[in-house]
Amino acid sequence: MPLIRLQDIWRSYQMAAETVHALRGVSLSIERGEYVAIMGPSGSGKSTMMNLLGCLDTPTSGTYELNGTDVSHMDDNELAEIRNREIGFVFQTFNLLARATALRNVELPMVYAGVTADERREKAMAALTAVGLADRVDHQPNELSGGQRQRVAVARALVNTPSILLADEPTGNLDSKTGVEILALFDQLASRGNTIIVVTHEEKVALHARRVVRILDGNIASDERVNRP
Amino acid sequence: MNFLSELREGLLIAWDSLRANKLRSALTTLGIVIGIVTVTLMGTALAGLNAAFIKSISAIGTDVLFVAPWAWFSDEPWWKTRNRRPILLADARALIRQATFARATSIDVNRLATVRYRDRSASGVLVNGTTEGGVEVGGLVLKEGRFLSAAEVDGGRPVCVVGADLAASFFPFESPLGKKVRIEGSNLEIVGVLEKRGKFLGMQSLDNQVLVPVTKLVSDLIAYRPPVMVRIKVRDLKELDEAREEIRGIMRKIRRLAPGEPDDFAINEQGAFIKTFERMNTVLAGAGLFITSLSLFVGGIGIMNIMFVTVAERTREIGIRKAIGAKRRAILTQFLIEAAMICLLGGLIGLAIAYPITLVMDRFMPAVLSASLVGIALLVSVATGVIAGFLPAWRASKMNPVDALRAE
Repeated sequence: MPLIRLQDIWRSYQMAAETVHALRGVSLSIERGEYVAIMGPSGSGKSTMMNLLGCLDTPTSGTYELNGTDVSHMDDNELAEIRNREIGFVFQTFNLLARATALRNVELPMVYAGVTADERREKAMAALTAVGLADRVDHQPNELSGGQRQRVAVARALVNTPSILLADEPTGNLDSKTGVEILALFDQLASRGNTIIVVTHEEKVALHARRVVRILDGNIASDERVNRP
Repeated sequence: MNFLSELREGLLIAWDSLRANKLRSALTTLGIVIGIVTVTLMGTALAGLNAAFIKSISAIGTDVLFVAPWAWFSDEPWWKTRNRRPILLADARALIRQATFARATSIDVNRLATVRYRDRSASGVLVNGTTEGGVEVGGLVLKEGRFLSAAEVDGGRPVCVVGADLAASFFPFESPLGKKVRIEGSNLEIVGVLEKRGKFLGMQSLDNQVLVPVTKLVSDLIAYRPPVMVRIKVRDLKELDEAREEIRGIMRKIRRLAPGEPDDFAINEQGAFIKTFERMNTVLAGAGLFITSLSLFVGGIGIMNIMFVTVAERTREIGIRKAIGAKRRAILTQFLIEAAMICLLGGLIGLAIAYPITLVMDRFMPAVLSASLVGIALLVSVATGVIAGFLPAWRASKMNPVDALRAE
């Protein structure tokens, strides 16, 4: 059973008088442990795709099975629980809480999972150590570099051991050197068996993935597996 | 368990946010501070007034009728009653002779005078000219000596009984009995000292007084023939109404009122006091409640306003929290806690301001800041926060994570 199964997904928005179809009958399966890049120019529907995959949004029609559960008709609270358990987000703009330390930021998903304070602290420390920030746990985001912030975000995304790491233009706000570091981190995570989906428009980023799904005008234009040594 | 960790997180965030916006929080909380100060001072004043009243009223006694030209509380216009004839000593004596329901009676004249003993003097002392029945009618208890006797009252003898405070300040180291104090040119021998009684309505001390035979007071201490008041303690409280009717009949006869003519005197009793006090208390409490709710309402609007701003400012944060798994309830709780915390802080500051004021108030009127009032004030402030914060928090909890994450 695939980890993700999209079947004939439509997502339409009502814009004034006309209906805009951001996704037009997308079907896609992703297996556990895959490293997938979803590519497309702006307006192609890849952001909508990312919102749906991340359970931030629900499709207008079609079914989305995540880890064997149909999530296409869930309400707000059920989706929140699924996001908390199954998905780790890494955003282009990091989206860390500005007034909280790195440690508190990483602890946050566990707060909503109801993990005890001691366990939270322990796991958050471990996650930050894993991304190489053991010495920065008490720093607030504005005291960290862009690359460090993105590492904190990665630690936060992984701390609840989700099924999917979902990254939206993860290197978009980083200089190229730092971007390469983050991508190296992703490679490392992928090699350890994490399922990673990166939504991007940069070929350089997509080069790291083992499978590239190209979206154009709301549908899948191509879906290629890349063999890498 | 889950809810507890959300609660802790909510408290933490709220605290962070308050610290990050110190000035804004302080200004917002001002409305609540004013509201809580009002609540506390109103409550304190009302409670103090009540306590003082209950204590004072028990000194009057429920079974005593006070016959005087004027009613204590009357709806009649003053210009209708101002020309009433005074009750004179002879009238009072006639009334007492005929009153059959009386257990004890007294004829009283009060005035303020200066009392002297050697080089000590006290001005503004209540000099109460009374009769031998005054001890029972007034429920007085003697600490030393005896009360005025019938013979002394009849003869207008130069004797007196002093209140506890006066005795303590004039004779700190010796017994006052047998000493002679000087009041307006007369030397009066002290024959008794009263037990301490406290203040009346927190204002007039009942212990700073001198009781003298009413005849003595009328004959030498006051140049003209003063009006007197008659106090009648009835034999049985159940007979109060009959006693009042009897007194009314006797008084009309004494004052030669024709049938159909209205009474030109009044028979007062404690009940009138209580009724008036209760009416006043209701009005005061109502006014207090109105002012208090108004100020809390205004404070609450301030809180609601600032919470809307906070929610708008932190849309992105809400988006992040939702993305990583915060349910609606968690977001709702977070902002409610924040609003409640601002208000609780306001409540605490309000109490801190109100407490010293109640201490100052206590010098002029009885004022007690009770534990229950503190509890009520804090509860009210938290409730204001929760109510005022609900709409903004609800809006935050309903935000769509996709839109919220896109916010700047």
